[in-house]
Amino acid sequence: MRAAIIVFPGSNRDADVARALAQSGAEVVKVWHADTALPAGTDLAVLPGGFSYGDYLRCGAIAGRAAAMDAVRAHAARGGLVLGICNGFQILCESGLLPGVLMRNVDRRFICHRQLLRVERADTRFTSAYAKNQVIDVCVAHGEGNYFADAETIARLEGDGRVAFRYSDAAGNLTVDANRNGSLNSIAGIYSENLNVLGLMPHPENFVEDLVGGTDGRGLFTSLAA
Amino acid sequence: MKARIIVTLKTGVLDPQGKAIEAALTSFGLSGIDSVRQGKVFDVEIAEEDRAAAETTLKSACEKLLANTVVENYAIEIA
Repeated sequence: MRAAIIVFPGSNRDADVARALAQSGAEVVKVWHADTALPAGTDLAVLPGGFSYGDYLRCGAIAGRAAAMDAVRAHAARGGLVLGICNGFQILCESGLLPGVLMRNVDRRFICHRQLLRVERADTRFTSAYAKNQVIDVCVAHGEGNYFADAETIARLEGDGRVAFRYSDAAGNLTVDANRNGSLNSIAGIYSENLNVLGLMPHPENFVEDLVGGTDGRGLFTSLAA
Repeated sequence: MKARIIVTLKTGVLDPQGKAIEAALTSFGLSGIDSVRQGKVFDVEIAEEDRAAAETTLKSACEKLLANTVVENYAIEIA
């Protein structure tokens, strides 16, 4: 598994995701946002969390139009894997690689806490190390994570099984309390049509070591490296 | 040529910031404010002399970057 992490001005979780990928055996290279090509043999392009371009205009809006994103779009069109975490998910939506938009959290607050997620399917390149409906314990840290799309798009995502993760309680129930940012249908992450692009707001890369609170995030990276 | 671009949230899209502003205004005792929606204004200076050509350029700017048309509308006013 060769992973290319795209670094934008204001990305700040690139080192964490690099570490999580390397821990699972991936070879990791970093790519500057102004680069026009991904390194030869790239299997996975990663858009890390952070605050690209200071969240100016809209979160991910400017990064979504960066030169490297043309290379990421071409990679995705070839069936290459793309993972966007937090700001990376916002960038994927702004770049048109995923539908919908991440709006300001419903209570207007930046939220930063442990978060339980329900894994919606375990038959993708991103989730094979998990079980369907498994509840995992990871983290969220965002001000704009409130997933929104028009009714038609939501119906298509649901109908095609493209919801990757949902905010849930420990029993896997989709409660209002578990969905702190107000996302439609408790959506925490979605796939592209061909299931090769995943965007999610929570940070699995935060929880890959017992030392820092948990290891439930590892599954995502071991799935990718498998 | 000067132009103003106004970007607003589409009807039905939740606007938590607008709601907070609305609540703050109400808390000042200002009566009669039913609703506040927050938007963005971009003042643009454009070298183009031809209005129609300027409008085409600005429309492209809105579609490509200034507005996220999933949730936002835009209006272009050329001075």
